[in-house]
Amino acid sequence: MAARHGTGYTLAFAAAVCLVCSILVCLAAVGLKDRQEENRRLDRQKNVLLAATLITADEKPSRAELRTRFENVKALVIELATGLPQADIDPMRFDAEAAATDPVPTNPAGITKIAKHAVVYQVRKNGQPDMWILPIKGKGLWSTMYGFLALDQDTRTVRGISFYDHGETPGLGGEITNTGWTARWVGRQVLDESFKPVFQVIKGSAGTIAADPFRVDGISGATLTGNGVTATVRFWLGEHGFGPFLTNLREGKI
Amino acid sequence: MASKRARALIDPLLDNNPISTQVLGICSALAVTTQMEPSLVMAAALTAVCAVSNLSVSLIRRHVPANIRIIVMLVIIASLVIITDQILKAFFFDVSKQLSVFVGLIITNCIIMGRAEAFAMQNGPLDSFLDGIGNGLGYSAFLLLTGFCRELLGSGKLFGVEVLPLTKDGGWYTPNGLMLLAPGAFFIIGFAIWALRAFKPDQIEAD
Repeated sequence: MAARHGTGYTLAFAAAVCLVCSILVCLAAVGLKDRQEENRRLDRQKNVLLAATLITADEKPSRAELRTRFENVKALVIELATGLPQADIDPMRFDAEAAATDPVPTNPAGITKIAKHAVVYQVRKNGQPDMWILPIKGKGLWSTMYGFLALDQDTRTVRGISFYDHGETPGLGGEITNTGWTARWVGRQVLDESFKPVFQVIKGSAGTIAADPFRVDGISGATLTGNGVTATVRFWLGEHGFGPFLTNLREGKI
Repeated sequence: MASKRARALIDPLLDNNPISTQVLGICSALAVTTQMEPSLVMAAALTAVCAVSNLSVSLIRRHVPANIRIIVMLVIIASLVIITDQILKAFFFDVSKQLSVFVGLIITNCIIMGRAEAFAMQNGPLDSFLDGIGNGLGYSAFLLLTGFCRELLGSGKLFGVEVLPLTKDGGWYTPNGLMLLAPGAFFIIGFAIWALRAFKPDQIEAD
């Protein structure tokens, strides 16, 4: 059993334990930092590719494979207010969460602050621009949902959607990551003829793409999460989000 | 002596299981067991931390001033957990994302602190190390059992591979959504403790 000691010994002992432990923690944190950052970057790239349906959720591509597949994807920093590219910001170093300091008016997506800039991804196919991938986030029922929305060059047609981080109820709202559900988005229109964001996740089943292009089926038991997704998509395609950028795209300024 | 060491490993599996008998570590057992893979990684992480913390505490047990021993244990455990978390983030990134805060919460897992104070402070390094592994395995056994039932019944899969074809993909199995929620784990752990105590009546506490 532990012995009784004087105060000096106790203090010295505590200091020694702290010193040894802090050295070990530092070694682990510094030694593994590069690998962890690489993991985070690859994870983000994987989610971009997922939204673009260039990989499927069941695939577990190796690191090298991810890098090759990402070669056709170009990251671009844009200024949200003007919708124009900002060449002086490195997209690899841009941290949207840390840069989110500008207040926005109260909105149903529950977003209080956004960044001045955002990283968007252009996917090229046979050397031609094919689609654009936009980062989106917004409040669901319990949590903030983070994802990517892939739009066609026409800025209206959905090419894919993926959520990579959320805290919704598993099996109910958590099904927003279900590829069976996200596949139903493909081919639907997020903007109407006058390019207003009208897309909606409804309660129940939406019609075929031809008959009912602006709506998608809700997930049963997840009406409130669905409302959050609707608000999120509309916010990011609207004037405070990527609205100006999409206008520039249609007018051929980018 | 050899049999005493063997008992240190085997006892915590059934006779003195940290979850079923001591009812410790329930929080993480509810949180991470929706699938087998995170359950397995969590179990391995806890076993490693428990074994190494027991070993370290046992090594310094004669030198620790009695009045600060708990905080010293806490510093050792916290450091080990941070190192474990860093390793998971570097080598098992996907699983570490699923486990999120629960790796960090190993620090507050009563099993580890309990074993350090109750066993490692009185016993030699090798015995303490084995006791840590044993208790880790006892926790692991429960975690894997719960993870197995929840993933199989809740999503028809094991380790992410489909075992029961789901109705939504044209199969016959309708997944039980309750299994994916925390109460599902309560039921499984409750039934398992009941079964264990029916099988070994000496574990039933006196009223």
